[in-house]
Amino acid sequence: MSYVTKSPWVIHYDGSSCNGCDIEVLACLTPMYDVERFGIINTGNPKHADIFLVTGSVNEQNKSVVKQIYEQMPEPKVVVAIGICANNGGIFRECYNVMGGVDTVIPVDVYVPGCAARPEAIIDGVVKGLGVLAEKRAAMDGKTEAPQTAGKEEA
Amino acid sequence: MVKMIILVVAYLILAPVIGGLLAGIDRVLSARLQGRQGPPVLQPFYDFFKLLEKEPITVNNVQDFYVTCFLLFVIVTGCFFFAGLDLLLVIFTLTLASVFLIIAAFSTNSAYPQLGAERELLQMMAYEPMVLITAVGFYIFSGSFAVADIVSGDKMAFPYMIGIFAGFVFILTIKFRKSPFDLSMSHHAHQELVAGLKTEFSGKTLAMIEIAHWYENVFLLGFIFLFFANGTIAGTIIGAVVCLVTYFFETFIDNNFARMKWNVAINASWLVAITLGMVNIVVLYFM
Ligand code: SF4
Repeated sequence: MSYVTKSPWVIHYDGSSCNGCDIEVLACLTPMYDVERFGIINTGNPKHADIFLVTGSVNEQNKSVVKQIYEQMPEPKVVVAIGICANNGGIFRECYNVMGGVDTVIPVDVYVPGCAARPEAIIDGVVKGLGVLAEKRAAMDGKTEAPQTAGKEEA
Repeated sequence: MVKMIILVVAYLILAPVIGGLLAGIDRVLSARLQGRQGPPVLQPFYDFFKLLEKEPITVNNVQDFYVTCFLLFVIVTGCFFFAGLDLLLVIFTLTLASVFLIIAAFSTNSAYPQLGAERELLQMMAYEPMVLITAVGFYIFSGSFAVADIVSGDKMAFPYMIGIFAGFVFILTIKFRKSPFDLSMSHHAHQELVAGLKTEFSGKTLAMIEIAHWYENVFLLGFIFLFFANGTIAGTIIGAVVCLVTYFFETFIDNNFARMKWNVAINASWLVAITLGMVNIVVLYFM
């Protein structure tokens, strides 16, 4: 058993959004949902993170930020796109500067739909992400094939 | 001699276990204080083993060397202490260890760790006087700097050194990296410093810092124990209980205070050192 599933540290980034999903992510940390039960810590530092939670769509301005956070995270790492904005652009999709969902910039492992995504759905998405994380960890040892990224799971 | 070897080996093996468990209970307790359920008690160990499994990323190759030295000297400090050697040697070896951590942070050439390292230096400046006063206090009380002599003395130091004890507990907040003085490695996300000193350390390097912290905590609790040891079983039990109470008292403080600025940390701890520490030394001197 890989320890990576028992201690997933997350980093959260909010792109072009109405901040609805952003607040729902933070709601997961409150006493009501308390994700620390699963060992989840909100780190705020990409170098310590295992799971990248992205809310909101990607635009020309934050494209490089999203990419940089992703690149700074050490393997194994998983990206969870939260809310319909992060999935495919949502209501911001038609905007002149919006590129669409997060998967236009970095590979996404789990999509959590909803506007806003409810905390239960977010936690469910992260837990789905743990499965992918374990697969990626096993792949690092060269025992198994690396799991496919984009379009993998729907929470 | 045999007892000394047993103690050192016990420290080497048990300190990370005890330190990790204490950290786990600390996290559960903090969560309960905040009305949450909190992680499993073994969570710090899961975190530690996870960090070992991560891909190694280093900004500057030399940083791993410095962090290894940090871990090594923290362990050596504890070994000196539990072997019953000179208290001053113990204190200065611990300082050496801290300096290695600071150099490691500076060597990353990154803004946040450097800011954290500068604050760590200020923190050292804040707690060093009180630590030295504690050593001097023990010397005046027992006539020796050797930990072995202090432990085997037949009088309990605590009643004579209450002021020094209080001052030492005060600076323990800094050493345990607890609020209001967790200036250099803020352990809560979304603060101005990211993760401070340890921002650029990930994977195994971060795991080394964690385990060093557990070793250090157990050694510092050993210091608390020194105030109560008087060679009897009762003294040993009281000492152990007070160690636990002190540790969880720090957790309580951690959850009840917002972080303060560095100058408050320095002013407050020097004030405590001068009043509680110095006055106690003078009293001891005339006793
Ligand atoms: S999905 Fe809806 S709630 Fe979430 S950020 Fe987009 S618009 Fe806001």
